Amino acid sequence: MSAVMNAEISADTPANRFDSDKHLHAQFYVQRDGFVLDVDMRIPTDGVTAIFGPSGCGKTTLLRCMAGLEQTPHGRFSWRDHQFASAQIWQDEQHFVPTHKRPLGYVFQEASLFAHLTVNGNLAYAKKRRGKTAAARDHVLNDDAILHLLGIEHVLQRKPHELSGGERQRVAIARALMIHPKILFMDEPLASLDDNRKREVLPYLEKLKTQLNIPIIYVTHSADEIARLADHVVVMSQGEVVRHGSLAQILTDLNNPLKLGQEAGVVVTGQIQEKDEQWHLMQVAFDGGAVWLKDSGHEMGDYVRIRLLAKDISLSLSHAQDSSIQNILPCTICQIEDNPQAAYTLVKVHVGKSELLARLTRKAVAQLDLSVGKDVWVQIKSAALV
Amino acid sequence: MPFIFSGAACLVDPSFFSFSDADLAAIVLTLKLASVVTLLLLVIATPIAWWLARSRSWLVGPVSAVVSLPLVLPPTVLGFYLLILLGPQGPVGQAMQWLGFNTLPFSFGGLVVASVLYSMPFVVQPIQNAMQAMGARPLEVAATLRAGPVDRFFSVILPLSAPGFLTAATLGFAHTLGEFGVVLMIGGNIPGETKVLSVQIYDYVETLDYAQAHKLSALMLGFSFVVLLLLYTFNRRARVSFNAEGSL
Repeated sequence: MSAVMNAEISADTPANRFDSDKHLHAQFYVQRDGFVLDVDMRIPTDGVTAIFGPSGCGKTTLLRCMAGLEQTPHGRFSWRDHQFASAQIWQDEQHFVPTHKRPLGYVFQEASLFAHLTVNGNLAYAKKRRGKTAAARDHVLNDDAILHLLGIEHVLQRKPHELSGGERQRVAIARALMIHPKILFMDEPLASLDDNRKREVLPYLEKLKTQLNIPIIYVTHSADEIARLADHVVVMSQGEVVRHGSLAQILTDLNNPLKLGQEAGVVVTGQIQEKDEQWHLMQVAFDGGAVWLKDSGHEMGDYVRIRLLAKDISLSLSHAQDSSIQNILPCTICQIEDNPQAAYTLVKVHVGKSELLARLTRKAVAQLDLSVGKDVWVQIKSAALV
Repeated sequence: MPFIFSGAACLVDPSFFSFSDADLAAIVLTLKLASVVTLLLLVIATPIAWWLARSRSWLVGPVSAVVSLPLVLPPTVLGFYLLILLGPQGPVGQAMQWLGFNTLPFSFGGLVVASVLYSMPFVVQPIQNAMQAMGARPLEVAATLRAGPVDRFFSVILPLSAPGFLTAATLGFAHTLGEFGVVLMIGGNIPGETKVLSVQIYDYVETLDYAQAHKLSALMLGFSFVVLLLLYTFNRRARVSFNAEGSL
C-alpha cells in the first residue's frame, strides 16, 4: 500500500475544482499468478478520467473490478456525481452488486458485438434492457442522437462481420450508450485498431466527451489519447496507482512529467476566436492568453486542445519586438526543476491560470537570473492541435 | 442369398418397406425412447456442459472422465452395473421399492435411465465445445447490458451455441436409436415395452430371417446417414457465417 498516493488537489486549477462529494472511491486487492493489484484511490467524477500505464500494470483488471466483471473479496467501490443525491455503493464488505444490476456502460478492447445479431439487433439488445423511467427523464442523448454521434446510421442492417474494425468499435460504443449508462467504462477502445482506424474513431470519442454528461473512465496506454481526451489522469505501474491528478498536474509535474510522445509539454483547451485568412492562421484563446497557430479548418467558436511542447518554448526578460516568434505572452515563473547534473532544465510558468513548461539550458537560467516569482515573457515557437 | 438382391429391391419394390406389427411396434418404441432420452439429455447435459466448460475446479477432470466412460466401455459392462444397481437387490432398486415404485430393469423407464447415461457424452461434449468456443466475453457484454443470468442463457448462450446444441441433440438421438448392448442387459426383449429396433434385428438374424433383418437395418442405415448428412451440412454453413473475422 506504500506506493498508493492520494492526489494533491490544488484548488486554483479549474480542472480540479470539484465538489469533494462528487468523486469515485475504488479500493481493490487482487492477487493471482504472481500479479498483485493493490489500489485505493479517490478521483473526481467529472469528465474523462484516464487510467494510464504500460501493458500488464493492472489497469484493465482495475476497470473490470470497478464494473463488477472481476469479483474480489477485498474490494470497495462507490461513487457519486451530479446524477445522484447519495453515493452509489456497488461493492463493500457486505455487498456486491452484480454487473447486470449496475447502471454502467462498458466498451471492451475488442468490439465484442453479438455475432448472431445485426447492428440493429445489437443496439436493440441494449434498448430492450434499459430502465424506462430514468431514460426518458434525464438522458441527454436520444437513440437517433447516439446513431448520429457515432455515424452508424448507414450500417444498421449489417452483420458484425460485414463491418470495418472502426465501424465495429463505433457500434460497440453506441450499444453501450443505448443502455443509458450513468457511468461509462472504456477499456482501450482503440488499442485493437490500426493507426488509420484510430484516427477515424478518435474524433467520435472527442464528440462523445463533449455531449455526454456522465463520468467516463478510460483505460489506455497511449499518451496521445490522454492528450486528446483526458481531464484527469491516474498513472499506474505494477498493480499500483503511482500518481493521479488533473491532466495539467500530471503533465507539469517537474519531478516526473508524463511525456507527450518523447517530449514533456502541456495541453491547453481553448476556443477559436479569430481567423486570419491571408496567412492561414487561427487564434485560440485559453485561460490566460491566446496563441496563433495553423488554421485547422475548425469553425469559429469551436473548442480545441492544443499541445505546447517544452522544447518549443523559451523565456525572455523583455517583450522582443524583433523576433520571428508570433506568440509572446507575459508569464510568471512558478517552479524551476533542480537537477545540477543536467544541461537542460524544465521551468514551469503561469500564463494567467494556465501552466506551461519551457525547456532551457541551465546556463540560460543562470545568465537570465531566472527565479521563482519573476515576471518574464514566454515565447511559443510552435503549437499544434492534439 | 436373398438379402443380396433385396438391396436393389428396396429401391424398386415399395412393398419392401411393409412392416409387420412387431416391426412397427419396435420402430415406434425406438423413436419414443430416442425422443424422450434426447429431451432429458438436453436438460441434464446443458448444466453439466456449462460447468465443465467454465469451472476451474479440480473436479472437472474426474467428472469429464465419468461422463466420457460410455465412449470406451463395452455397453454390456455399463448395462451389467446398471442391472446390479437398479435391480431388486441393488441400492437404487431397494430405495425405489421402499418408496413404492417398481424396479427399473426390464421396463421402459429402465431403458430411459440406461440410455441417458449411455448417450451422455455424445450430448455433453458438443455443447461443452460450443460453450468453450464462445468464451466468456459475450456473457460479460450481456451483463454490462443489464442481462441477468437467465436472460443471458436464452439471449446469448443458446443462440451462440446453437450449432453445438443441434449436434448434441442429433448425436444423442441417433446414438440412442442405435443402442443395443445396454438395452439387452437392462431391458431384455419385451415386445412393445423394451424391444427396440436393434434387438428386433438381432432376433431376426438369430432366426436366420435375413430379409426381415435387412429391411430394418437398411432403414436405420438410411435414416442415420440422412440425419448426419443434414447435421454436418447445416453446421458447416453455420460455422461459415458465425466464425467470420472479428466478431464473436
